[in-house]
Amino acid sequence: MPETKDIDRSGVQIGVYVCHCGTNIAGIVDVKALTDYAATLPDVTVARNYKYVCSTPGQELIKRDISELGLNRIVVAACSPCLHEKTFRNVTAEAGLNPYFFQMVNIREHDSWVHTDRQAATEKGKDLIRAAVRRVRLHKPLERKRVAINPSVLIVGGGIAGIHSALTMANAGKHVYLVERDATIGGHMAMFDKTFPTLDCAACILTPKMTAVKSHPNITLWTLSEVTQVDGYVGNYQVTVKHKPRYVIEEACVGCMECIDACVYKQAKVPDEFNMYLGKRKPIYIPFPQAVPQVVVIDPESCIEFKSGKCKKTCVEICADRNAIDFKQQDRTETIEVGTIVLATGFFTFDAKRVPYYGYGTYPNVYTGLEVERLINAAGPTSGEVILRDGRRPKTVAIVHCVGSRDENTNRYCSRVCCMYSLKLAHLIKEKTEAEVFNFYIDMRTPGKGFEEFYNRVAEEGTHFIRGRVADIYPSRGDDGRLLVCAEDTLVSTVRKIPVDMVVLATGLEPQPDAPEVCRRFHITCSTEGFFLERHPKLAPVNTFTDGVFLAGCCQGPKDIPDTVAQAGAAAAEALALIDIGYIEQEPNTAHVLEELCSGCKTCIPLCPYQAISFVESKKKAEVNEVLCKGCGTCVASCPSGSVQQNLFEDEEIFAEIEGLLAYA
Amino acid sequence: MPDVNSNLSQVAPLGAEELEPKIVAFFCTWCTYMAADLAGTSRMKYAPNARVIRVMCSGRIDPQFVLAAFANGADGVLIGGCHPGDCHYQEGNYNCLRRARLLKRVLEEVGIEADRFRLEWISAAEGDRVRVVINDMVEKLKALGPLRMKRETMLRGLHPQEHPVQEVCV
Repeated sequence: MPETKDIDRSGVQIGVYVCHCGTNIAGIVDVKALTDYAATLPDVTVARNYKYVCSTPGQELIKRDISELGLNRIVVAACSPCLHEKTFRNVTAEAGLNPYFFQMVNIREHDSWVHTDRQAATEKGKDLIRAAVRRVRLHKPLERKRVAINPSVLIVGGGIAGIHSALTMANAGKHVYLVERDATIGGHMAMFDKTFPTLDCAACILTPKMTAVKSHPNITLWTLSEVTQVDGYVGNYQVTVKHKPRYVIEEACVGCMECIDACVYKQAKVPDEFNMYLGKRKPIYIPFPQAVPQVVVIDPESCIEFKSGKCKKTCVEICADRNAIDFKQQDRTETIEVGTIVLATGFFTFDAKRVPYYGYGTYPNVYTGLEVERLINAAGPTSGEVILRDGRRPKTVAIVHCVGSRDENTNRYCSRVCCMYSLKLAHLIKEKTEAEVFNFYIDMRTPGKGFEEFYNRVAEEGTHFIRGRVADIYPSRGDDGRLLVCAEDTLVSTVRKIPVDMVVLATGLEPQPDAPEVCRRFHITCSTEGFFLERHPKLAPVNTFTDGVFLAGCCQGPKDIPDTVAQAGAAAAEALALIDIGYIEQEPNTAHVLEELCSGCKTCIPLCPYQAISFVESKKKAEVNEVLCKGCGTCVASCPSGSVQQNLFEDEEIFAEIEGLLAYA
Repeated sequence: MPDVNSNLSQVAPLGAEELEPKIVAFFCTWCTYMAADLAGTSRMKYAPNARVIRVMCSGRIDPQFVLAAFANGADGVLIGGCHPGDCHYQEGNYNCLRRARLLKRVLEEVGIEADRFRLEWISAAEGDRVRVVINDMVEKLKALGPLRMKRETMLRGLHPQEHPVQEVCV
């Protein structure tokens, strides 16, 4: 039985609960010793340990002690506050105490999981509990603020993730702003020919969703637009969007495309981005036949009117009284107010030139996977024929896996989709050309519904699989334009050199090059690889550390279309949950000024990043606007007279914590 | 503050303590605290010498906190914040950097070696960096030995009214 002291309801009565977390904590930290120690600390009425304090019986234990022993402060030594601080604050509140009369001690992530010495870990636990006990004595009752949530949503990125999220929320009756930086939505998926493992035609399943976006009354679609600034906070974001000029008035263009035919360029001469530069387009063009919006766009880099100002402007002539072409369009910015944001900014394909020994960019018949997608696509530059850059049709093809993935020199992570899209390309190339296809792989990774079956199917079709990372690709001696692919076949321990007509590099997925800037703009974090970091890898995979900002698709990490769509739906659901309840409760950790101490020196005012502090002339004192304050505490640290204080992080609370940690040092 | 004196009778035995420096670590909740959580979730192992105090932002760290830590017997103080440009509150870490630079000079003036006070930018994804930094700091502090500073001198400097001159051990 834990030792209980005489109940003195007048003063501070602390209950300390040490969690075993099964063996997660108890395996390294001596929880019994911690409990016995905690019981000896001043003001501690009761100290107990329990197998899982977060479980219902664990929570009941705390509630019972609060009512029976008259506890008025609770300390739980368990996991990270990021996991269960909320749980125990609720327990404290349910038992009738202010939820902020609680302090969490992290003896799992910061102790038992990172140390091996039982004694040292236990000593550390004691220090941490002592600090918390000292701190919690000083806690003050606080109240959470309620902030209303603006029901409009911003979605950044018009790939399949953004499209799916937008439609889900628009169908739920919310107003969605979908911002896409390219001239059309559709993203990478629009470039694919078929999708694995079912071989659904990508365009057939995507374009109906694209047109649904355009025609949806609840969606405002902005293409050629980028978010340049984000102010505000959850529920009340002010977002500045820059609209880049299309040089075509979207509302006036009917998508007849007569201007494209009429362009003074009789032949398409500009390498076409959408076709991975394998085809050509004109300076006035539509990215692809099913582009949404169905509106042409002018590329000022190649348009004669922009270069010389002396074009005959046959496009304007043919457009006639529709008057859709406007060479004078400028950047335009617009500010919108939204409550929640979904980031679906997608990925960047690995630049194969970074692996020089594979010869991409040097040997014309080395392609990337995405280029082959366009070659195979009936709407692509070769109308679906696999024709090499030298005009031949390949008889043998090598597909090289893990280019820019699972490689110490480039990216260490697995890009997750390359094995499957390599299998798909193997199947499609074989179907179209009857070529012999060799897959060079490190490991085949086909975990997904129907994936392994697809792998077996492709193997049965006669595609060859060679287990080994390709070491080198170089031209064969003859003049036949063939390439030798050199790899160690690790299953038979022999070096193979296979002559092929075409090499396909299964390039991996990388974060967008401007991902770090986007992170800063939206106040979120990047992971080591540069993808956006989710709040919790398992339990909050679409949330970020910034409330009201959610993630969908490959901006969070490489994933295939089914996972992307699932995540996009999840992001929409999380945003809808916030919108439908209508408000969010915010931590009360804002700053406030103790007027009697404020000397009116104004040191704090310029330090506030949110302009939350103003100087009240009549009183000659600083004043914090609690609505604007986000609780960083910079002003508190700067105040020379100690007159600015932060709730939950008051100076004396932190001093108590420091002294508590070191009381026996 | 009566506790300061009441605890003196329970000072750990000399010798054992000298080998194990104590570090007080102030980590911002968004980046470095999360990194330390990640180190835990990933079961990375590091020296058990650091004790973390969580603050919302490294900009919240008053130089007095650092002084108080040294005054109360810390052998080292570590501050962890978000990388420049990544601050959850836009620029709190820059304010922290400015204060830390100045503070470092003050600490050196009073004889606290530079290696005892460290500021590190550790993002939420850099769990391993927590391990590396703490291990490295412990190694350096072990080389330096215990902080030989009359704690009462520092406590008096911090709170002159609460800590009048009296007979106390070092």
